[in-house]
Amino acid sequence: MTVSGNATAATQTTDAATAAMARRTRRSNAIARFSFLVPVIYIFLLMLPIYWLMNMSFKTNSEILGAFSLWPRDPTIANYMVIFTDPAWYNGYINSIIYVVMNMVIAVTVALPAAYAFSRYRFLGDKHLFFWLLTNRMAPPAVFALPFFQLYSAFGLIDTHIAVAIAHCLFNVPLAVWILEGFMSGVPKEIDETAYIDGYSFPKFFVKIFVPLIASGIGVAAFFCFMFSWVELLIARTLTVTVAKPIAATMTRTVSASGLDWGVLAAAGVLTIIPGALVIWFVRNYIAKGFALGRV
Amino acid sequence: MARIDLDHIRHAYMPNPARDEDYALREVHHSWDDGGAYALLGPSGCGKTTLLNIISGLLTPSEGKILFDGRDVTGLQPEERNIAQVFQFPVVYDTMTVSDNLAFPLRNRGMAEAEVKKRVAEVLEMIDLGDIAHRKARGLTADLKQKISLGRGLVRADVNAILFDEPLTVIDPHMKWQLRSQLKLLHRRFGHTMVYVTHDQTEALTFADKVVVMYGGEIVQIGTPQELFERPSHTFVGYFIGSPGMNVLPVTLEGANARLGQHSIVLPGAAGPTIGKRTELGIRPEFVHLGREGMPVTIDKIEDVGRQKIVRAAIEGHELAIVLDEDSSVPADPHVTFDPAGINIYADDWRMKLGG
Amino acid sequence: MDKTWNNKAWFMVLPMLLLVAFSAVIPLMTVVNYSVQDTFGNNQFFWAGTDWFSDVLSSPRFHDALMRNLLFSGIILLIEVPLGIFIALNMPRKGLGVPFCLVFMSLPLLIPWNVVGTIWQVFGRIDIGLLGYTLNALGFDYNYVNDPFDAWVTVIVMDVWHWTSLVVLLCYAGLVSIPDAYYQAAKIDGASRWSVFRYIQLPKMNRVLLIAVLLRFMDSFMIYTEPFVVTGGGPGNATTFLSIDLVKTAIGQFDVGPAAAMSLIYFLIILLLSWVFYTVMVTNDAKG
Repeated sequence: MTVSGNATAATQTTDAATAAMARRTRRSNAIARFSFLVPVIYIFLLMLPIYWLMNMSFKTNSEILGAFSLWPRDPTIANYMVIFTDPAWYNGYINSIIYVVMNMVIAVTVALPAAYAFSRYRFLGDKHLFFWLLTNRMAPPAVFALPFFQLYSAFGLIDTHIAVAIAHCLFNVPLAVWILEGFMSGVPKEIDETAYIDGYSFPKFFVKIFVPLIASGIGVAAFFCFMFSWVELLIARTLTVTVAKPIAATMTRTVSASGLDWGVLAAAGVLTIIPGALVIWFVRNYIAKGFALGRV
Repeated sequence: MARIDLDHIRHAYMPNPARDEDYALREVHHSWDDGGAYALLGPSGCGKTTLLNIISGLLTPSEGKILFDGRDVTGLQPEERNIAQVFQFPVVYDTMTVSDNLAFPLRNRGMAEAEVKKRVAEVLEMIDLGDIAHRKARGLTADLKQKISLGRGLVRADVNAILFDEPLTVIDPHMKWQLRSQLKLLHRRFGHTMVYVTHDQTEALTFADKVVVMYGGEIVQIGTPQELFERPSHTFVGYFIGSPGMNVLPVTLEGANARLGQHSIVLPGAAGPTIGKRTELGIRPEFVHLGREGMPVTIDKIEDVGRQKIVRAAIEGHELAIVLDEDSSVPADPHVTFDPAGINIYADDWRMKLGG
Repeated sequence: MDKTWNNKAWFMVLPMLLLVAFSAVIPLMTVVNYSVQDTFGNNQFFWAGTDWFSDVLSSPRFHDALMRNLLFSGIILLIEVPLGIFIALNMPRKGLGVPFCLVFMSLPLLIPWNVVGTIWQVFGRIDIGLLGYTLNALGFDYNYVNDPFDAWVTVIVMDVWHWTSLVVLLCYAGLVSIPDAYYQAAKIDGASRWSVFRYIQLPKMNRVLLIAVLLRFMDSFMIYTEPFVVTGGGPGNATTFLSIDLVKTAIGQFDVGPAAAMSLIYFLIILLLSWVFYTVMVTNDAKG
């Protein structure tokens, strides 16, 4: 019996190692108890600069430039009042929200049928088309800034919300197609076929059955469209003058014009963070799922 | 290889279990012999996987002790218990080759490389994976992956037990049979203590020397396949094992007779008192004889299942299944008699000893 | 999933195609057009051939900006990817901590990029910023306005602050998709923490890591707004990355031709490098 002979040898050589292994496990279990510190410290560091901005937004300019303090000694909401009462400021927010929402709607609407086509059919040039789509995600906005301005001037779209919404489709539509295609591929094809057998027409099937099935996918896609449209500045600023000027652009111009109104600048900054925070809160349970598809 | 003692084990997933129902595992107190092949059989949620994880050390029981060859291992880590486990879904290290997969547990235990090579070669030969030894594990079929997980258990010659958690779930039907016979062969050859969790009675009955039937967090019977068939100690065992399952009919006892409606059935012996308990008579369809004498039944339908026919009938308003040979015919005025050898009496679902 | 061959699917793609093409093809053609012409103003253009391309390719200014950009992308990938993996490994898998972590970690990703710039511009200032003030109070001679090295550190720390969460979220999604049985099997096999990472977690994160590296590379190579707000490309040209240089050329100096040629070269570099990353990682993946 060679096997049992080896067994004895094996037992002897590995006893010490087994004990070492167990010690290792206990040690790593002990370490694991403190692993929560890593995200806690990370989040703390992430919040520091944001806290500092908030801190400043509640101070007067003289306090900001005067003594250094970790919290507002004399808290004031004057900075926020400036923004809420001056149309030049609050219109910026309204403009941003208008074109972001328009972009979300347009991007998801055109991406839905396209993603369906990519997830269900093979067609002439499908692979090339998909790759071309993704290359648009790789195009630096700086490259497009000037030709965009000329193109949208030619169509008389400069300084309109729709111009920014369409321009942002350049990188949001490919992203939405990519995300939605992932979710749709997770829906079994048999569902489509059953619906046709049950006598549904394609549009009816798509709206009544298919779209509800990928509702979370649409949520995730809309979230990412919101995110990238909300944070982009270069193109939005290039295509707008006054009427449709986004809040982010208002901030940069006001800084250069009025010099150093730090308090108002900080308050405006804080206010740009809030819509993002609200959106995250609502989609928090979908974020991980959207990322889990590995599509973003 | 070891004898496993489960000493009054209870387990609850919640922190402060109060009632019996709070326990996923109510109370298990048994000894399993060294070198035995055991199957843990039961429906989903009966606690069989919980019990398996307690043996492997992935779970620490809320109460009770577990001993390997008399040594208390309750507080030990899985790797210290020296057991192997094969999971429902094949777990292989995708980026390693097949032979590196097998060598992994040995290298982790600091075995000399020459010895590792020798053991891996032996195991590769044992489970017929020699020709793909140097392929990456990624992309292999489920049954090959499952063989690799099995091999990682076999490679440590001194494992105390090999545990299987529904290992054939994702395997193609024709490969299932092949893998199971190979497992049986390996057990005969090397005599590891093996514990095999499944909800499939065929798998359990063909694999194991002793089948452990679990129901509602308890072990309801441990026995050979034959014992489970002839003397189910709980109505659940009768119902769960055999196809169709045992007929269970409500009766009242009168000494050595059982009364079923207007009929009196002679028992093999007198049963003890069953005051206040639900009394039932269990008889397997194979022990019910259909003829012109006995108790009248009405026939509902007849199913032809190859070499046998299953007759679905009703007696005194209760369903009754009867197994008939293929060539026997159903009489025009059907009556049944019960073979006393196949009669069991249950009080509140548990089998009663019949005197005499 | 087997897909059926159906060329009518083009009709479903068409609206998307027209919309994207409007914003992608026409401007790109404009850029190509400019890149091969010269002008003396008054809308008079004449053929310049590949002059602008050879000019740009031989200009030290372009080389410097390209080098800075490569260095920047390299540094932030080296920091953000390992850091992101490390944080994701230590995140809770269930319980109230999960939404807490997800929400707070995503926050920097949803701040407009110029506000990110503003936040760090303020945070790093030596007179009114927490970071700059504290560092100087501790005796470090830190001033991102004058010192090129400090400017670099500020821009890199800002990018790490802004984008590491993206890597964290991607890796986390990869990690939570690993079934428990893998960890249990590894425990029984006596695997060390490192082996679990090397042989279970890392292979499962492969795909999301590819996406993380690609996204972070592309975006860092295109970075414009944040460093522009913080440093304006300075001090001197220390933080003048490709797109800052491009905008300076195109809008600041109205050198449309060179700017267009530069745009194309820049775009091609991104395409090429992304393709190289992609191929290398996919091949590695296939080899295991």
